[in-house]
Amino acid sequence: MKIHKYDTVIVGAGGAGMRAAIEATKRSRTAVLTKLYPTRSHTGAAQGGMAAALANVEEDNWEWHTFDTVKGGDYLVDQDAAEILAKEAIDAVLDLEKMGLPFNRTPDGTIDQRRFGGHSRNHGEAPVRRSCYAADRTGHMILQTLYQNCVKEGVEFFNEFYVLDQLLVEEDGVKKSAGVVAYELATGEIHVFQAKAVIYASGGTGKFFKVTSNAHTLTGDGQAACYRRGLPLEDMEFFQFHPTGIWRMGILLTEGARGEGGILRNKDGERFMEKYAPVMKDLASRDVVSRSIYTEIREGRGCGPAGDHVYLDLTHLPPEQLDAKLPDITEFARTYLGIEPYTDPIPIQPTAHYAMGGIPTNVEGEVLADNTTVVPGLYAAGEVACVSVHGANRLGTNSLLDINVFGKRSGIAAAKYSQENDFVELPENPAQQVADLVEHLRNSTGKERVADLRLELQETMDANVMVFRTEQTIKTAVEKIAELRERYKNVSVQDKGKRFNTDLLEAIELGNLLDLAEVMAVSALARKESRGGHYREDYPNRDDVNFMRHTMAYREVGADGSDSVRLDYKPVVTTRYQPMERKY
Amino acid sequence: MATPTLDKMEEAAAASPYITVTFRIRRFNPEISDESQWQDFQIEIDPKERVLDGLHKIKWDLDGTLTFRRSCAHGICGSDAMRINGKNRLACKTLIKDINPEKPITVEAIKGLTVMKDLVVDMEPFFQAYRDVMPFLVTKGNEPTRERLQSAEDRERFDDTTKCILCAACTSSCPVFWNDGQYFGPAAIVNAHRFIFDSRDEAGEQRLEILNDKDGVWRCRTTFNCTDACPRGIEVTKAIQEVKRALITRRF
Ligand SMILES: Cc1cc2nc3c(=O)[nH]c(=O)nc-3n(C[C@H](O)[C@H](O)[C@H](O)COP(=O)(O)OP(=O)(O)OC[C@H]3O[C@@H](n4cnc5c(N)ncnc54)[C@H](O)[C@@H]3O)c2cc1C
Ligand code: SF4
Ligand code: FES
Repeated sequence: MKIHKYDTVIVGAGGAGMRAAIEATKRSRTAVLTKLYPTRSHTGAAQGGMAAALANVEEDNWEWHTFDTVKGGDYLVDQDAAEILAKEAIDAVLDLEKMGLPFNRTPDGTIDQRRFGGHSRNHGEAPVRRSCYAADRTGHMILQTLYQNCVKEGVEFFNEFYVLDQLLVEEDGVKKSAGVVAYELATGEIHVFQAKAVIYASGGTGKFFKVTSNAHTLTGDGQAACYRRGLPLEDMEFFQFHPTGIWRMGILLTEGARGEGGILRNKDGERFMEKYAPVMKDLASRDVVSRSIYTEIREGRGCGPAGDHVYLDLTHLPPEQLDAKLPDITEFARTYLGIEPYTDPIPIQPTAHYAMGGIPTNVEGEVLADNTTVVPGLYAAGEVACVSVHGANRLGTNSLLDINVFGKRSGIAAAKYSQENDFVELPENPAQQVADLVEHLRNSTGKERVADLRLELQETMDANVMVFRTEQTIKTAVEKIAELRERYKNVSVQDKGKRFNTDLLEAIELGNLLDLAEVMAVSALARKESRGGHYREDYPNRDDVNFMRHTMAYREVGADGSDSVRLDYKPVVTTRYQPMERKY
Repeated sequence: MATPTLDKMEEAAAASPYITVTFRIRRFNPEISDESQWQDFQIEIDPKERVLDGLHKIKWDLDGTLTFRRSCAHGICGSDAMRINGKNRLACKTLIKDINPEKPITVEAIKGLTVMKDLVVDMEPFFQAYRDVMPFLVTKGNEPTRERLQSAEDRERFDDTTKCILCAACTSSCPVFWNDGQYFGPAAIVNAHRFIFDSRDEAGEQRLEILNDKDGVWRCRTTFNCTDACPRGIEVTKAIQEVKRALITRRF
């Protein structure tokens, strides 16, 4: 075991982690631990754009953006946070441009903007052009630009280091962060990083679904590390299903495709979104469009022999426009489906896309131990966190924005905290929990296999807690997850070595997914209403009287060592907007 | 809306899509042996699946010790460049049906970088070369209040080289790099190009001097391996030529 000492440690090198690192490195001795090389992070897969009311191409302002964010989130958004997001969006985009990001340009040479789902002028009057973009590679450009600036600032990276445990120590009756424990892929060595401040920026958890736009590596490691140490997870039942994933594969085809004029059609060629969202049509918010697609499929208007998908039709758009604005996604269709989008529609289905919930934080990125108490020295930003700016449903282009605004904020706040505070003493045997876990998996002779359990988990999640949920389906999921968690105790790995043991790490990642799946399902079961991405067929309406509140899930450990999920609730911050019915 | 070609594909697919394929993989694990060796695996797979899916099937069902990097699985993160049937490709962007599955599919680590285990190589020298070319925007004077302006044409000038995902397929296909690891390699030059031709940047001269070095751009012998290898379709050789020309004319 090795011990390292840094003022600030950042877990993750996606957009949020690197945006934080650029700030923290200037102000404190900072290390970034990342399980992937920074440029491999899934921020690079983001396509469509980043929202900011620059008003470069038409009238717009941050207040309209705030309203759309709150409404898009079905009023579960904390409105003070949404206001910060929308206001600081403008500088966040300009910061990136100054760092070198090659945005698409207007004829005047300013940053070009395009339409995106749920973004409107004047509180829902009509779609507005608010998304700043670089073709359909906006995330790639953000990730590259931030990495380039990390190189410029001399940010110190520990690549292929997997953070597996969060160290919390009680001092004067207050739980504080003392550092993290990481596993080095190349050598199998365990490292303890003592740090005054820790920022989690480790991304989402989408891999507990089968059809997903998320990378294999998005396994919720940060959420799991904090949850296991008794910290809450907020609003985990809210997961976004993006309407347009490539049929059966889940690879994303950006909403920008509909922003450019693409149309969803059923097997009769009908533009069905006109029925469900007369004003915004194909650009209604994602939860609405995903449900509409499945309604078409269930009512027998799906395409293909099994009637299990619909079409994204781009054939009426000029090939030059597709080449200029949507080059990557049209190539995905050619590569993976052998389809030419100039002439043929693309088969799509909703795909598990984005975790609205996560580690609860305030607007400075400080992690909460309960509804109000912060954990000194602990921060989170990006998809791992829940501020909550996305509420029950995130608007497209608001996450690339979130990672920049709250990545920057948490980087500044954490570095300030490390300047003003001392190290917290490490607990005795700080690496114990990780060492035990690794030893157990390496030595286990159990008969269960990681791949089998993972597939069963994914199939259960797809079948039972996706776009449509009922008491019955969620209970099925809860039971199945409990069974899988039990079987997980008998999981073994074939690779017993120390060097690049990805077999072992996949087993650990599965453990994280199982814990988080349980939290999601239990949270979903208790929410007897429909709101944003959480749609209960048995409770099809939003219930503001009983459920206008955030879920806070805690891990409870019984006397016999068994664990369960305990739910609590936290009020929503409402400033300007009273809940209204959501129509598009 | 045209009649979807997919219905035909689907019918074909309905009649058992699976075929038996042999993967012939060059294994190496210094914890076990200093020598590498070829190992064959047979799997059932739909030829419309990716080589990465095949590797996963092997790892998940047959041999958990098989080691490779991967993340996004759709050609965007640059993790899984490898030599497939002797050519550098991304495993997640190569469909089985496109590489003659009748014969064994050979898979080995990319060349010119030290193999750490199976298909995993040491990427540090590759990233070091990248960092050495000042891959970031350099500007002088005060920051403008709003964005810097750039015309659509100026933006287009370096569009091709912004697409790079640092997968190393190009650099590790370059015979000059195989013979001499000191050569910056095509990927570093691509990333220098991305800034040299950006109208907002003011450090073009410095970058050109770096590339004027003995290990720099003049080592390129224009064999086009890099352009063929690039999974992002970047015209790598053309970018290198443009840098060479800029070094001569000092105009960019
Ligand atoms: C296909 C796709 C398209 C999208 N398009 C858009 C869009 O157009 N607009 C938009 O606003 N949003 C979009 N999103 C959402 C947005 O891209 C993501 O939510 C956002 O990029 C997440 O950034 P992040 O920094 O939080 O996490 P990531 O970029 O996922 O980075 C996570 C980092 O954490 C590290 N990490 C993870 N676990 C560990 C561990 N245990 N130890 C150490 N390090 C760890 C990883 O190495 C990685 O560096 C899209 C998402 C997807 C999947
Ligand atoms: S230029 Fe192409 S082949 Fe080379 S590193 Fe970049 S993406 Fe990979
Ligand atoms: S896995 Fe990301 S490029 Fe292949």
